[in-house]
Amino acid sequence: MNNTRGIVLAFALAVSLSALGARAALAQEQEVPPKQHWSFAGPFGVYDPAQLQRGFQIYKEVCSNCHSIKLLAFRNLADPGGPGFTEAQAATIAAGYQITDGPNDQGEMFQRPGKLADHFPPPFPNDQAARAALGGKLPPDMSVLAKARSVERGFPWFIFDAFTQYQEDGPDYIHAILNGYVDAPPAGATLPPGGQYNTYFPGHAIGMPKPLSDGQVKYTDGTPMTVDQYGRDVAAFLMWAAEPTLDARKRLGFQVFIYLIVLAGLLYFTKRSVWYDVKHHPELLEPRPPSEYSRG
Amino acid sequence: MSEHLAYKPQSAFMQWMERRLPIAGLVYSSFFVYPTPRNLNYWWTFGGILSFMLGVQIITGVVLAMHYTPHVDLAFNSVESIMRDVDYGWLLRYLHANGASFFFVAVYAHIIRGMYYGSYKEPREVLWILGVILFLLMIVTGFMGYVLPWGQMSFWAATVITNLFSALPAVGNPIVTWLWGGYAVGNPTLNRFYSLHYLLPFVIAGVVVLHVWALHMVGQNNPAGVEPKTSKDTVAFTPYATVKDAFFLAVFCLFYAWFVFYIPNYLGHSDNYIMANPGQTPTHIVPEWYYLPFYAILRAIPSKLLGVCALLASIVLLAFLPWLDTSRVRSANYRPLFRQFLIVWFLVVIGLGYLGSQEPVGGYVIAARICTAYYFIFLLVILPLLGLFEKTRPLPNSISEAVLREGLPAGASAPPPAGARG
Repeated sequence: MNNTRGIVLAFALAVSLSALGARAALAQEQEVPPKQHWSFAGPFGVYDPAQLQRGFQIYKEVCSNCHSIKLLAFRNLADPGGPGFTEAQAATIAAGYQITDGPNDQGEMFQRPGKLADHFPPPFPNDQAARAALGGKLPPDMSVLAKARSVERGFPWFIFDAFTQYQEDGPDYIHAILNGYVDAPPAGATLPPGGQYNTYFPGHAIGMPKPLSDGQVKYTDGTPMTVDQYGRDVAAFLMWAAEPTLDARKRLGFQVFIYLIVLAGLLYFTKRSVWYDVKHHPELLEPRPPSEYSRG
Repeated sequence: MSEHLAYKPQSAFMQWMERRLPIAGLVYSSFFVYPTPRNLNYWWTFGGILSFMLGVQIITGVVLAMHYTPHVDLAFNSVESIMRDVDYGWLLRYLHANGASFFFVAVYAHIIRGMYYGSYKEPREVLWILGVILFLLMIVTGFMGYVLPWGQMSFWAATVITNLFSALPAVGNPIVTWLWGGYAVGNPTLNRFYSLHYLLPFVIAGVVVLHVWALHMVGQNNPAGVEPKTSKDTVAFTPYATVKDAFFLAVFCLFYAWFVFYIPNYLGHSDNYIMANPGQTPTHIVPEWYYLPFYAILRAIPSKLLGVCALLASIVLLAFLPWLDTSRVRSANYRPLFRQFLIVWFLVVIGLGYLGSQEPVGGYVIAARICTAYYFIFLLVILPLLGLFEKTRPLPNSISEAVLREGLPAGASAPPPAGARG
């Protein structure tokens, strides 16, 4: 017994030492985005409509100049669990956009004001046009961006995340990127032409110039107009755009949990009662048809 | 089966039916009076859980298929449309995607149970082999399902895995072209994966029927590993096994619901929310978590062809367990050495899973090679030799004796007077 235990220990040691060595070799300059406080985190998290409206304002005034958000429709702005615009407000926002429709009876495409059912029109007609206008760089579509970005958590943090329900690494990353621009890149950092230095971007050379500065977007509700706040608001908006049913999901989840806990409890006591004889008077057991198992 | 346990139809209709199609009698004998060892622990509830998960996957999958479009230009957005525009589409998709993971959680628990208690041994060899076939079918089905959302990981996983066949000498490349339906992973590939992903679950359901049939032929194994001898060793499937299975299924669903409702993307990869782009390879391509140990084995071998062979062997060898394990004692509870080697083997598989998720560099490669070596040495060397040299603990004469040896629970008393029972 002691021999095998020794072999097992030596074996485990060898494996973990070689793995730890690799871990140390891999621990590169990847900066971990600081965690932010999000209203939609945790089991009872919900989006803050005021924050989503501010985030939408930033998207509309700044991001949408380059980034499309093709999967989002104007009607979504009035959906429950969203930014809380009324349908009339959403229709007004839609009418402010020109949508290419057609072909009409003459066989021509035409422009018309947007309607609730329309999706947000992209800033460029196609990827090639975007590249041509932006020095060869293609800004990613923002529809599911908040779910398409993540932070490498590593062992053992990824295990804790399953218990703490940490799912907000996407928004954390977006906020960090918007706040990760530095004026002077650290000594030794080399940037390709047109690249900007960003602390949190993998490899640090980001194609997007610093998009936001303090006071750039005018808030009317007294919220601080800082890049830090802008970053949080637009990241929250993008999380909603990527996961518009989060509120409904967590609400239903809680109901399902109550149901399952009660069900499991009832079944546990049923099981105890059914098995009572087997556990306590096994000598009485004889096979009998199920109809005879009823205990009155 | 004693005479008084046979199914006796009550109503005239059921009597009429029973003479023509004795299905009620089959259900009655298989799921009501079927004798099940009375010492089964909760590891034995995963068979029922697996049937439940297969049902969940088929039902959610059929509804998802009503809204999904298998086309390279439309697939990604059709999945997003399910998430946004279909009523409870987000629930269906998260149930299905996390359902695949929990299907594998249950099957791994089921396999661990089978290996620990020696459920593969005589006379359950065919039952076990059918189980390995089911596991293989699940792997193929799950892989094809992962390709359907047509995100970056979908596309690149399809590329990497189908490319494995190119390692075969001479026939490799023609096979890959044949699998793809073209010269790269493209629309024909997506179409056939969709078709097969819809077909294979029903093949699985068919093999499950054989699996259950074989089980009912040879009966269940149990933690003591000795066959039931008298009626005192067993209890009826209903109510004993059904209520126990139902309770643990509810507990299992709590874990499942935790992932579906609170961390639905935890087990996925964020890159799969980027539409497939053949021109851009992700920084590192990783399969779903349940394939990671096998992926680690594949990468641990320096030669591609040998790596593919090792990957295949790591699963197919399991089908030969009944003959690789030479010991006649089933349960690891009575095999102290086997128990330790087996637990290490389980830990090694978990370790391989972690290594499969990491980049294959430096120490990770060495660790993966040590683990891979142990994986095969255990199956091919340790198992056959253990049966010859291991000194096993004395087996109980019967299940009842095994239960009594553990002692009756506190509060158990002498039998009450006859007639006190309800």
